[in-house]
Amino acid sequence: MKEILIGKLSKQALPHEWFTIGGSVAFLALALLIIIVITRKKRWKWLWNDWLTSVDPKKIGIMYFIVGGFMLIRGGLDAIMIWLQQALGASNVPGLTGEAAHGYLSADHFQQIFTAHGNIMVFFVAMAFVFGLINYIVPLQIGARDLASPFMNTLGFWLFVGGVLMVNMFFLLGGEYAATGWLAVAPLSEKAFSPGVGVDYWIWSLQISGIGTTLGAINFIMTILKMRAPGMTLLKMPLFTWGSLCSMLMAVTIFPLLTATLFLLFFDRYLGTHFFTIMGGGNQMMYTNLIWMWGHPEVYVLILPAFGVFSEVVSVFSRKAIASYKSAVLGMIGVSSLALSVWLHHFFTMGASANVNAFFGLMTMLIAIPTSVLVFNWIATMYKGRIRFDTPMLWFLGFVAVFAMGGISGVMLAVPPIDFQLHNSLFLVAHFHSTVIGGVLFGIFCALAYWFPKLTGIKLNERIGRKAFWFWIVGFCMSFIPMYLLGLMGATRRLDHYDSSTGWQPLFILMFIGGLVIATGAVLQLAQILASFIQKKKLYDRTGGDPWDGRSLEWSTASPPQFYNFTSIPIVTSRDAYLQMKLKGLTKPKFEDIHVPKNTAAGIYISIFGFLIGFAFVWEIVWLAVASVIGIIVVFIVRGFDEHSEYTISSHEVQNLEQERTKKDMPLFSKNNNDTDEEMGVWDLTKYLAFFFSDIIRKKLWHKW
Amino acid sequence: MVENNKNNLHIDHEAAATDRAMFGFWIYLMTDLLMFAVLFAVYSVLFKSTQGGPGGSELFSLRLALTETLILLTSSFTVGLAMIAARRFNKSQVLFWFGVTFALGVAFLSIELKEFAELIHEGHTLKINAFLSSFFILVGTHGLHITFGLLWMSTTLAYVIKRGLNSQLVRKLAMLSLFWHFLDIVWIFIFTIVYLKAFV
Repeated sequence: MKEILIGKLSKQALPHEWFTIGGSVAFLALALLIIIVITRKKRWKWLWNDWLTSVDPKKIGIMYFIVGGFMLIRGGLDAIMIWLQQALGASNVPGLTGEAAHGYLSADHFQQIFTAHGNIMVFFVAMAFVFGLINYIVPLQIGARDLASPFMNTLGFWLFVGGVLMVNMFFLLGGEYAATGWLAVAPLSEKAFSPGVGVDYWIWSLQISGIGTTLGAINFIMTILKMRAPGMTLLKMPLFTWGSLCSMLMAVTIFPLLTATLFLLFFDRYLGTHFFTIMGGGNQMMYTNLIWMWGHPEVYVLILPAFGVFSEVVSVFSRKAIASYKSAVLGMIGVSSLALSVWLHHFFTMGASANVNAFFGLMTMLIAIPTSVLVFNWIATMYKGRIRFDTPMLWFLGFVAVFAMGGISGVMLAVPPIDFQLHNSLFLVAHFHSTVIGGVLFGIFCALAYWFPKLTGIKLNERIGRKAFWFWIVGFCMSFIPMYLLGLMGATRRLDHYDSSTGWQPLFILMFIGGLVIATGAVLQLAQILASFIQKKKLYDRTGGDPWDGRSLEWSTASPPQFYNFTSIPIVTSRDAYLQMKLKGLTKPKFEDIHVPKNTAAGIYISIFGFLIGFAFVWEIVWLAVASVIGIIVVFIVRGFDEHSEYTISSHEVQNLEQERTKKDMPLFSKNNNDTDEEMGVWDLTKYLAFFFSDIIRKKLWHKW
Repeated sequence: MVENNKNNLHIDHEAAATDRAMFGFWIYLMTDLLMFAVLFAVYSVLFKSTQGGPGGSELFSLRLALTETLILLTSSFTVGLAMIAARRFNKSQVLFWFGVTFALGVAFLSIELKEFAELIHEGHTLKINAFLSSFFILVGTHGLHITFGLLWMSTTLAYVIKRGLNSQLVRKLAMLSLFWHFLDIVWIFIFTIVYLKAFV
């Protein structure tokens, strides 16, 4: 009876180790704090109506950023823990008596941490930011009011949130995450070798968020291909939109493979099938093939929007059109099509024939060509440009340096004989992080610095921003250049301890210190955002939405844009559409009736049921799974046949809304008494915060809350 | 005049929405097709892994499979007729032809379930070996799609009865018919790769 009701759940599932208790307490405390603040401020209705059920891609984009930001901290803590373990993990250190400890983590716990680190950073940080950016920027860039299917968009977002909850659920129940590496290769991930719930949590967190990704990608493709402003032909699209389009086309190609593969692994574990098992004639290398057919293109899904960001930034900050637009587009298309035929380079050691390895090695080397075309495009754009070195440009230059390092080591790894030596070594890990931190993460930071004024109407604090950048770049070199060296010296990846006679420990310690420097950079970024909001009067973007002298249509709107984006849909005649309009002279806005989608909570409900399905299968509670499937079907039917999902605001109302906005903005524009103040530095911010908090304590201001 | 203009705008808005939705549905179908592609690839890798047990030629009945194929092909024809009626907003014909399609779908599904039940009854379950695992999951996934198609069909038809045919419902029916044709195409590959291949 008990088994039917609650499946495998038992008292042992409750947190009882230091990290699960710590994690649970931290998450619950955070949740409690948020709940208390919202209740005291009476903001539940506002939260639900204005944000959670919103179908506005701009709001959904910001929610993606917030969740992604939290997960970046969560995954970053994992990284610091890994580095600390490796810095401490030398045994037989001379001078220390006896067998010195193997670091501070057990081998099993260490494995769970690097698995979680990989999953969180790829799925719940990089994907979150990329999707957030596309949500916010692409409709603005193509002159659209919304996405093709607003409902699919919220559904995709909430499924992503369901995945985020699932990946952290093990703190609360179960106490273990997968200890298999981020792709959970079979047969290690099979029931025979990973009997616990860790792999099940892994499967369902990826499954739920992966389905959300597929839906989101379909939606973006529809939007970009069907909803561009009149006159914007494909070859007049801004390059960020091009990057997003290529990326999303790849996403719809590969995410179904992930979904199918995860289902097969789930069937192996749950139904006892024999796809990837050792017994019963299963084929383990088939899993490796299938998962990498998704896994390799996935990193290109992440990097292509970043390429788009850099194309925008380098052009705006060099005050020049991008050099050879068409070759940049071709470069992106080339990268995305080649990316689909290189997956086997992840396991040259599988034992395929020399010809197979040679083919995939060549394809991998070829992909360097379109990528370099893009890099040369950007450099050529800077040539003879009047360059401004604001933080977005710094992130771009940092990217060029770090990504070049990652790219070159990538071409080295593409040569099968070299790969045989470096396979599974830290060299590979260093290569991967050079491309993903240097490419994707720097791209995201660049994008945030560039579009932050659009998101909030406030420019980011440059002083702290520059510091943050330098901490990131120096920290990156300190932690990843030693990693290349260690890899060449033979250190394998996923190493939790090693003998001190290898002489690796100093480098591992250097890596750990580098990690702390990076963490400082991240803290500075938070400080930067905080300082910008504190000095918002000074940093208010007085240009009314176009602080960088932008070239594409998103800069033609207010900052932040109204929920309908454009009062009238712009007509595009050339690339750099907004620049063209500015040259011709801006025309007075026209007003027209606008169709706006209504808010909906259906995405939240479906995601809750989706989460419950995953939870039910992790703990083998059949009734809950069945009930949740029925729940999803019911929500779909109710939502699917709702014929009143839109409302219209008349041109008159639009005009009123616009006037209200201008009235609200006016005083902010004119206020320039603070202009002589300098931007806050770190020290000013610390002083400010110290005064702020001492004030609260002195005057007992918390009673007001 | 202004009123008329507004109406036109509304119709344009609606037509554009339909256009986008159909395009999106095509992309969705392609993603679903890729999932099937994985299952076909897996079946092609594993169909010899019988571990000494009986293979396809001993377990499958070509006659049943052919019957299933003919039923599904016929249902594709009837769903086509239903869509012609839907484009003419002919409610009774829509209900009739979708009704026939629904019945054919149920017939197909019951034959498939009977086949599965017999195999399981004789002890050839999906736990026995990799061949049976991949067979059950590939054909079963198709069957699950058919089940969802039938569920979708019945709810949409219920709304057609309740609300009558409007352009939104016709759009839903058009998607449904695409989905149905898509499942038919997948089945033809299943018939070829799973059933016919077992006997050559």
